[in-house]
Amino acid sequence: MLSLLNGSQTVGNGRAFWISFVVVLGAALAYPAIADSYTVGNFAYFFIWVFMALGLCLMWGYCGMLSFGQTFFFGISGYSYGVLAINFGGGGATVAALLLAVVLAALCALVLGYFMIWGRIGGVFFGIVTLSATLVLAFFIGHTAGPEWHIGGARLNGFNGMKGMDPINIPWFGGESIYFEGTSLYYLVLALIVVVYLALRILVNSRFGNVIVAIREDPQRAELLGYDVRKFQLLTFMVGSSLAGLSGALYTSWGQFITPSSIGMPAAAMPIVWVAFSGRGDITATLVGAFLITLVFQSITVHSQQAALLLMGAMLLTTVMVAPAGFVIGITRGIARFARRRLAGTSVRKA
Amino acid sequence: MSAILKTISLGKSFGGLAAVSEVDLSIDEGEIHCLIGPNGAGKSTLFRLIVGTYPPTVGQIVFKDQDVTLQRPYERVKLGMSIKMQTPSIFKQLPVRQNIHVALQDHVPKHLLAGETSRLLELLDLSGDADKVAGALSHGQQQWLEIGMALALKPALMLMDEPTAGMSPEETHRTGLLIQQLNAQGMTLLVVEHDMTFVRQIAQRVTVMHFGRLFARGSIAEILADPRVAEIYLGKPHEH
Repeated sequence: MLSLLNGSQTVGNGRAFWISFVVVLGAALAYPAIADSYTVGNFAYFFIWVFMALGLCLMWGYCGMLSFGQTFFFGISGYSYGVLAINFGGGGATVAALLLAVVLAALCALVLGYFMIWGRIGGVFFGIVTLSATLVLAFFIGHTAGPEWHIGGARLNGFNGMKGMDPINIPWFGGESIYFEGTSLYYLVLALIVVVYLALRILVNSRFGNVIVAIREDPQRAELLGYDVRKFQLLTFMVGSSLAGLSGALYTSWGQFITPSSIGMPAAAMPIVWVAFSGRGDITATLVGAFLITLVFQSITVHSQQAALLLMGAMLLTTVMVAPAGFVIGITRGIARFARRRLAGTSVRKA
Repeated sequence: MSAILKTISLGKSFGGLAAVSEVDLSIDEGEIHCLIGPNGAGKSTLFRLIVGTYPPTVGQIVFKDQDVTLQRPYERVKLGMSIKMQTPSIFKQLPVRQNIHVALQDHVPKHLLAGETSRLLELLDLSGDADKVAGALSHGQQQWLEIGMALALKPALMLMDEPTAGMSPEETHRTGLLIQQLNAQGMTLLVVEHDMTFVRQIAQRVTVMHFGRLFARGSIAEILADPRVAEIYLGKPHEH
């Protein structure tokens, strides 16, 4: 199993890494026992954004496609979850709504990705088209305030946002339902993060991962090795965008509302900052970085939203100028170098 | 001997400029065929047409009796074509081993992949540099790495565009020996080259291009003896 999870496409592969992974996971599992339910609920909220960041990391860091459209798929899936959950009538059908919402995001990625990739839109234009898509969606949803804008029983509600959907819940014995809120949502999202993270590790260290990294480096050479570059790019775009969709559906379930502001320009820039700052070349760095940044961002937002946004901008600029490969990766490599030097020094002294 | 590759009245124009025109080239299965000509003769453009990175303006390309004119490069590669480009086209930010690995992975069973990668690295004399990023290799080593990546596909036809550019005389000679070794194993090679010593070392047949057209063809001895070829390479002798 470990041979599938480890490989040249991920930074942490050794025994020490996997021991740390188990320790961190253990701490995350034990956290609700020592923290109050409000803080645990907040942590579930921070976890929700990790999927979107991981999706962008896969597209941008591994395949070289800088998508500004993560919030487009976040919005498609978030609104879809709302519409489906309201029309399905809640209950166990919310799980189907979650799955269908992610599938819808994937289908949108298939259509948009097909036109972009087969239309040879690449480089900076890829970012421009995906950003345009998200801005158009935000603009459109913002203009659906009237009562005529509804799908079944679900009103889109313009800038005020859609509300009234049930959170994810499953029927339980005795006619009860388990609602995924607070601590139970925390565990659900944590489990999903572990599954998605491990699945992405297997993906990027597989034949597929080798090819998308080659495409990032030189698409023409990759094609001249016999790979249909367009198919690999499209599949990567679909997986990355679906992960943004997963964030969107979970977000709507978490807050039982969604507004166009979660799709607009400031929101669209956030995943870029998270992934650039963390280190787009590695999914572990992105996972850790995205979680920490959303935690810090949210803590500052409580006092001043403007200060939090300024901090995000400053972080992006600092990353570009000081650590283009990302701070989490840079710091981790620095620690590893320091540890190696110390070990080498110790063995020399012993000799 | 049957032709593995044929181009029929192949032409490529960029705007009003014809880079390649009316090229009828035939490469026999199992031969080493060299393509020579002055700079700007259209050799590299012809290579790009054959491998599919440029679509032709007119004409047809037939590979292994299949019309591949409209096929994308990866489809031609899957049919058994492989190319080494003029300037090293490798994945410079990736380790040398990974460059070979990604080229090999679809052509070798998974359990043999590591062993076959090591064997190729040894053949290319790159075992000692396997964990370096490819961009840190010398120019000659990068050329060899790209040759290795092209070889990893186990092609029936290998196209090599100036494989020895930037190599030392010793490296050039070794490349010649490698090409002869590959040919002895049944591979067909079409090689663009300027270095006539190298062409003499490897060529079984030679085609000369000039101004985008086929100018002459024959054995290396016939080509070297052709005064018209000397003229396009060295310029027209002054008449006194």
